This record gives sequence, structure tokens and C-alpha cells, in this order.
Amino acid sequence: MITALRKEFLLQWRTRAQAVAVFVFGATALLLFSFAIGPNAAALRQHAAGFLWLGLLLSSTLTLSETFHAEMENRALEGLLLLPVSPRALYYGKAVANALQLILLGIALVPVMVVLYDAGTTRIPMLLVVIALGAAGISAPGTLYSAMTSQARAKQTLLPLLLFPLIVPVLLASVKATSLIILGDPMGQAQAWISLLLAFNGIYWSLCGLLFDRVVED
Amino acid sequence: MLPNERFPKLPYALLALGVLCLLAGSYLGLFVAPPEHFMGQVQRIMYVHVPTAWNDMLAFTFAFFSAVIFLFKSDFKWDARMEAAIEVGILFAFLLCCQGAIWAKPTWGVWWDWDPRLTTTAVLLFAFAGILALRRFVDDPVKRGVWSAVATIIAYVDVPIVYFSVRWWNSLHQVQSSPSTVSSQFYLPLRLNAFGVLFLMTAFIMLRARIASRRLASELVPPPADLAGELA
Amino acid sequence: MAMGPESLAIDASHLSRRYGRRWALADVSFQLQRGAVMMVAGRNGSGKTTLLRILSTAIRPDLGRGVVLGHDLINGREEVRRATALLAHYSYLYESLTALQNLDIVARFCGAPPSSAATALARVGLADRADDPVSTFSAGMRKRLSFARVLLQRPAIAFLDEPFGQLDPEGFALVEHVVAELKGGGATVVIATHQVDRVTGFADVRLMLEQGRVVSA
Repeated sequence: MITALRKEFLLQWRTRAQAVAVFVFGATALLLFSFAIGPNAAALRQHAAGFLWLGLLLSSTLTLSETFHAEMENRALEGLLLLPVSPRALYYGKAVANALQLILLGIALVPVMVVLYDAGTTRIPMLLVVIALGAAGISAPGTLYSAMTSQARAKQTLLPLLLFPLIVPVLLASVKATSLIILGDPMGQAQAWISLLLAFNGIYWSLCGLLFDRVVED
Repeated sequence: MLPNERFPKLPYALLALGVLCLLAGSYLGLFVAPPEHFMGQVQRIMYVHVPTAWNDMLAFTFAFFSAVIFLFKSDFKWDARMEAAIEVGILFAFLLCCQGAIWAKPTWGVWWDWDPRLTTTAVLLFAFAGILALRRFVDDPVKRGVWSAVATIIAYVDVPIVYFSVRWWNSLHQVQSSPSTVSSQFYLPLRLNAFGVLFLMTAFIMLRARIASRRLASELVPPPADLAGELA
Repeated sequence: MAMGPESLAIDASHLSRRYGRRWALADVSFQLQRGAVMMVAGRNGSGKTTLLRILSTAIRPDLGRGVVLGHDLINGREEVRRATALLAHYSYLYESLTALQNLDIVARFCGAPPSSAATALARVGLADRADDPVSTFSAGMRKRLSFARVLLQRPAIAFLDEPFGQLDPEGFALVEHVVAELKGGGATVVIATHQVDRVTGFADVRLMLEQGRVVSA
């Protein structure tokens, strides 16, 4: 599996220009959200967490669909499966790499959020945990679905269509937890949301890994 | 290969039975049962809403088991059943959302009240509509079956998680309820309607599965005649 | 000399595969001894590629069974994959990575020593392009790189689908050398081609396909 990860990092490194483009997309989304609300500082601050995660979610469809593009160009994925490489190892390699990419994107968008919405916080470690868990929660099913949609027609529309309803819990929990971190958490509720994120991740990282080889076999 | 080939008339019998039950239950519910104490006449929508909700979950649960069986046995009979169950489930989920809105407007003044059960149903509706879209965009029947089965399993496992997260999320605001509180006077019409919808749903799934099977049969073209004998 | 099943590289019976409504392969049966070179000939659309893909476990047969090197095609796929290599129509390459990086990935997954990637690259005459991204390669160079990929895997059976495609005369010589090298190492080679005259010289066995069926063996 290390080799699988290594391969992913190599691929991502070679296409790092795309990561910058995705960041710009995410930042633009955050900007557009603020226009939707108007220059109301209090309202902006209150909804900052929601905007951050919506922006991250929308950007994730870009990174996730790219992730199998390289594999499908020359059927490289099939080539690896024939070596043989365990499909599970390939899945986890990709899902982990995607999660890391999303985490980096999330971290990069935080300063944008701070500036645009005046939504800063001193509880950085906790924020990092939430970003990590939320990104991982999007990445696990997202990687599985992008494996499917990259081989189907209408791939651009199918991926968000399949993914978004599924990760409603991740969105809810991440937004709530982030919001509590930014706005204050007198009753210590953030823990509960983080537990929900942990549960979701636990279930989906195992389930999707199990199902992945059915998705790529022919 | 057709599912339920052995009892060709069964779906129609179920349809008839279902309609009968619904007529009886609805008559009792609308005209005979007393209006509920606090909510008045609007509450009568419960007589369709609750049965629809029970059967909706039943349909999706059947879809889930069909998906699992299909992945294990690769028998396309189960792919047809799964497709049928998903379609019927989506239909019911849509009806549920409409019923919820019809109830909510006079009661709360808004069309949607973010009730956890109803919101989960809406999410389910979108999730399975996505799976149907997936089926439409994949041509190879084997891939289509496997992928939609995988997606069905993933979506179904999500249901309890969605429910709990929405419930937590909503609990921070006022606790609202959907028309589901039942006291004993209302049991008979409710039960009748529940069975009525159950029979209808089973009939719909059976008929729809037959249609899906026929389409599959034309896609999974059998081998040329000389092969078929050797490989039988 | 008794030829038991252990000396069979491939034992195919009634292999069939459908695509949509068309049966690309119908009732193909044959046996191939280890160490032999088999040429699968036929026009485009005769099922050659489908046959090679089934035998290398890239796809499953819809009907029929096959035993490759003692392992079943359906139940022993992993073992078959370990022992075989496929040179396909697709290059199986990552466009954004360099030639060496592509081969290095294969070497690592196969458990081959890290230096073998560079050796394979040199063997196919691409040593000077080791650090260039594959996206800059011509079709002929990609084919050579795909050959290097096959050599790296040290297969017991090599399936070569149209090995002469996109190659120049120098490349033709390379193919013949590679086949000789594989055969010399005890491997079995199956070559699908419609350029019958090129291969017929060094093929031990011939299989003709037409419309998915065997017409002569």
C-alpha cells in the first residue's frame, strides 16, 4: 500500500498546478457566498462555517473527478490490477491521498474565511481535527464514486449527484463543529459532532474499501 | 428468469386487495374516526402518511437486501427487483415529502419544518434518485447492476446516520413533530391503510421487476444456438 | 513423451464473451504447451484482443472455462495475474509521470529490485528518455515503454496484442528479440496479430479466429 500512496503523491505532485486552480475556485466560492448575504458582518460571521464547508464540498468534486482521470487515460488502473495489485490497496492509496489534498485545501481556505467573514478562532488544533475528519469523510465515498463515474457517461454531473446526499451527515457535523469552534461552545457540544464524524469515517472507510474491488473488476 | 413467474396473476390480486383495504381504511379514517384533539382535521393525513412512511422504509430495505444478494449471487433477477424497489421507494419518498408539506403549511405556517424523519426521507429521495441516474448512464448491464448495488448498499447504510445527525442538528431548535402520534382509537383505519399500501407496493414492485427483467433479457443476449446446447 | 496437464500453459474450453448484443468470442477451445509461441491471427474484430484479455484475466468470460498455468481463470485470478503479463492496445502509462517513474511503480508493485526499471528501459532503447514525461513520447516510444513494462514483470506467459503496432523497422527487430528473450527464459508467448507473415516465422502454433470462432488451429 505504501507503493500505492507513493504513486498517488507522485501523480499529485506532477499535477500540482491543478491544486492551485482548485484553491482559487474555492476562494472564489467563498467570496460569492458573502455577496449572497451582503455586507452584514454579524450574519457573515454566523454563517462562516457553513460557507467554508460548502466551498470545500464544491471544490471536492473537482479534485475527486480529476483523481481517476489519469487512471483512465491509458487504462493505467487496469494495468496495475493485472500486475496484480490488490484493488483495496489502490483504493486506500487514492482515498488517503484525496483526503490529504482536501485537508490542505481546507487549511488554505481558513485564512480566506477569517478575512472575508471575520471568523477567526484560537482553537486551532480542534479546527484542524474537524477539517481532517470532514475531508476524510468526503474522500472515502467520493473516491469510490469517482471510480464509477469516471467510466460512465455524464461523469461531471453524476459524481455530485451521487455524493452530496450521502455526505449530508458529514456536512452537518463539520459545519456545526466548526461553527461552535468559531462562535463559542459554552456547552461543549463540539465533541458530540466530532464523534459523529469519527463514526461516519469508521463506517465508510471500511465499507468502501470492501466494495471497491467489485467496482473496478470487469 | 422473470421473477414471480410462477404466480402471474398474483400482482393483480394484490392490487385489488390493496385498493380494497385503502378504500376501507380511508373511509374509516376520513369519516368515522373522530378528529384529533389538538390538530383537528388536518391530522387525518396521518392515515396515509404513516402507512406510506412504513412502506417506504420497507421498499428501501428490500432494495438493500436485493443489492446484497445480487452482489453475492450475480443473479439478475435480484437486479430487476432492486431496480423496482428503488423506483417504488422513490415514489413513496416523494409522496411523503408532499404529505409532509401539506400537513406543515396549515400547522406551522411553513412548507417545510425540518422534521428529522421527513428531512431524512428527502435526503434518501435524492440519494436514490442519483442511483437511478447512475443506472441510466451505464450501458453494460453487468457493470450497471454491480455499481448500483454497491451504491444502494452505501446509501442505505447512511440512512440511520443521516437520521441521527439531522435529529441532533434540529434539536437545537424547536422540537417539531410530524403527524405520527397515534392513540388507540385510530389503530384500525391505520392498520387497514398500512396493509393496503403494503399490498399495493408489493404489486408495484412485482410488476416493475417483471418489466426490468424483460429488458434485461433482451440485453443479455443468449449465445448462438449451437453453443447453447453444448453449454447447457 | 507423455504430456500431462502440468505441461500445459493454457487449457481453454468454450470461452465465450459478449459485448452488448454481439458475441465477440464464441466457443473458443485450445491447448498450448509451455514454452511454445502461439500466433493468434484474424482480421480486425475477429476476437483476438478479447481472447487475450480473457486469458490474462483483464476481463471475465461469460461462458466457458480456462486454466492458465494450473490456475483457474475465474477462481485463481490473482495467481494467473502474478504469472502473466499483457501488452495491450492501451499503454497502461501515466501521462504526467516520466518513463522511469512509470516503470519504477511497476517494479515496486512486482517486488522487483529498484534497478530493474532502469535496466528494462535500457533494454528497449529508451534509456536516454528516462526522465521525460510520457506525454512527450511518440506512439512508437510508448509501445517500447509498454514492452519494458512486460519485461519487468518477468512473466511465465506473455500476451502480446499487436506488438508490431506503431513501431518502425528497428522496433520490429526489438519485438523479435524480446520474444526470443522471453522464450529463452522458458516463458510461453501468445501473439495476436493481423500481420501474419511477420510472426509466422517464429511461431510454433497458429490459431485462426474469425468472428469470434476458431477456424483453424
